Amino acid sequence: MSVRHAILALLSEGPKYGLQLQKEFEASTGEVWPLNIGQVYTTLQRLERDGLVESDEPENEGPQKGFHITDAGSSELSTWLNTPPDMTSPPRDELVIKVLSALRVPGISVHDVIQVHRRYLVELMQQWTRLKEDEADFDLTFALVVDAELFRLDSVVRWLDTADGRLKRAASEPPTSSTTPRLARRLVVRR
Amino acid sequence: MSFLELRLVSKSYGEGAVQVHAIEDVNLFVERGSLVAVMGPSGSGKSTLLTIAGSLEEPTTGEVVIDGASLRAMSRNDKARLRRRTIGYVFQEFNLLAGLTAVENVTLPLELDGLAAKKAHAAGMAALDELGLADRATHFPDELSGGERQRVAIARAVVGERHLLLADEPSGALDSTNGEAVMRMILNACKRGVAAVVVTHDAQLASWADRVVFLRDGRVVDQTVPPPSLESLLEESSQPGPRR
Repeated sequence: MSVRHAILALLSEGPKYGLQLQKEFEASTGEVWPLNIGQVYTTLQRLERDGLVESDEPENEGPQKGFHITDAGSSELSTWLNTPPDMTSPPRDELVIKVLSALRVPGISVHDVIQVHRRYLVELMQQWTRLKEDEADFDLTFALVVDAELFRLDSVVRWLDTADGRLKRAASEPPTSSTTPRLARRLVVRR
Repeated sequence: MSFLELRLVSKSYGEGAVQVHAIEDVNLFVERGSLVAVMGPSGSGKSTLLTIAGSLEEPTTGEVVIDGASLRAMSRNDKARLRRRTIGYVFQEFNLLAGLTAVENVTLPLELDGLAAKKAHAAGMAALDELGLADRATHFPDELSGGERQRVAIARAVVGERHLLLADEPSGALDSTNGEAVMRMILNACKRGVAAVVVTHDAQLASWADRVVFLRDGRVVDQTVPPPSLESLLEESSQPGPRR
C-alpha cells in the first residue's frame, strides 16, 4: 500500500491538514488499514522535500498546518495510477512453499496439509463475509476493500483445490519424468 | 434437536468390483435458522448428499431424519408430501417451468399440495415481494434475467411453510454480485427459521454459511469451527485487517 500516493490522491481534491489526511485515509480504505499520525507527517515531509506537495504556511508547525499538491505531485500521481504494479515475478509465497515442502516430507499427507490451510482460509473468508453482510450495503469503499480481500483469499483456496486435484491425479498415474520441477524459466512480461 | 439429521449415511452404486461409493458414513446435523455449506470438488459426493437429504434418493445405509421423523419409516406418499410441504430445492439451472409465469412457478408446489388457488397466489406474491420481484410476477422465465430467475427459484423454495432449503450450486452461472444476492436471500430465509444446506465448490459462496463442511471422496474430512470474534483476531495480528 503506497501511503505516499494515497496522500497525494487525497490532496488532489484540495488542501488538507495532517489530521484530516489521517482520517480521510482510513475512511477511504474502509477503515481496514490503520495509519498513525506520525506516519502521515513523515510522509508529508518527504513529499514536501521532493517538491510534490507544499505547505501553506511553512512557519506553522502545528496540527493546523495545511498542505496542497504541486503540479509535479499531480503528474506523479497520474503516472502512479496508470502504471500497473510489478506482478511479473511470482512472490515467494509461504503457503505455496509449505505445500511443496509437504510433498518431500515422509509420513506427511499433503492432502491433510492442504486441508488445514483451506479451512483456515475459509474461516477467514467467513469473517470478512460477515462484515460485508453487516455493513457493506452502507459503505461502498468498505465493500470494495472486503471484496478485494475475499477474492485474494478465494484465489488461494482455488489454488489449493487445484493442487489437491492435480496431486490426486498424479498419484494414480505413473510418473513420466523427474519429479524435480524446473524453476529456471523466467517470466518476461512487457508492462 | 436438529431439523435435518444425516446419520452415518452412505450411498454406493453398482456391486462387487465395480462398486462406487458416492458418499460414506456422512454425519450432518443442521439446526433451524442455520446455514451449512458443504464444500468439495466435483465428484466428491456433494450432489448425492443433497438428493439424499432431500429424500429424492435413498441411502444404501444410514438414516435421514427431518423434523424428528425418519425417512426410513415413510411411505412414498409421505415422502412426496414432505417434499411438497417442507423441503425447498434450488438448483444450478433454476429449473423453472417455461410455460408458467414467475408467480405460477412459485405457487405450483402449494397448489399441488391442495392449497386453494387464491391462498396459494397470496403466498406466492408474498414470497416474490420479499425478494423484490413483485413487479415481475406475471413475467415468464424467458422475460427475466438470470439473477431474477434464480430469485424466483428461491421464492419457490421458501414459499409457504417450508423449513428446509437445499441448494445445489445456487449461484450457477451468475456473476459474483448476483451470487452474493442469492446467498443473502438464503441467509434471510435462515433468519426466519429455515434450515439450509448449500453445496458448492465456491469458497466465496460457502463463506456466507455459519458452518462449512468439507467433503472429499465422499467423506466429511473437516469443518470450520465457529469463528472467533473479529476483535480477538485483530489483537493477534499486527497485519492490516478488519477493525469493525
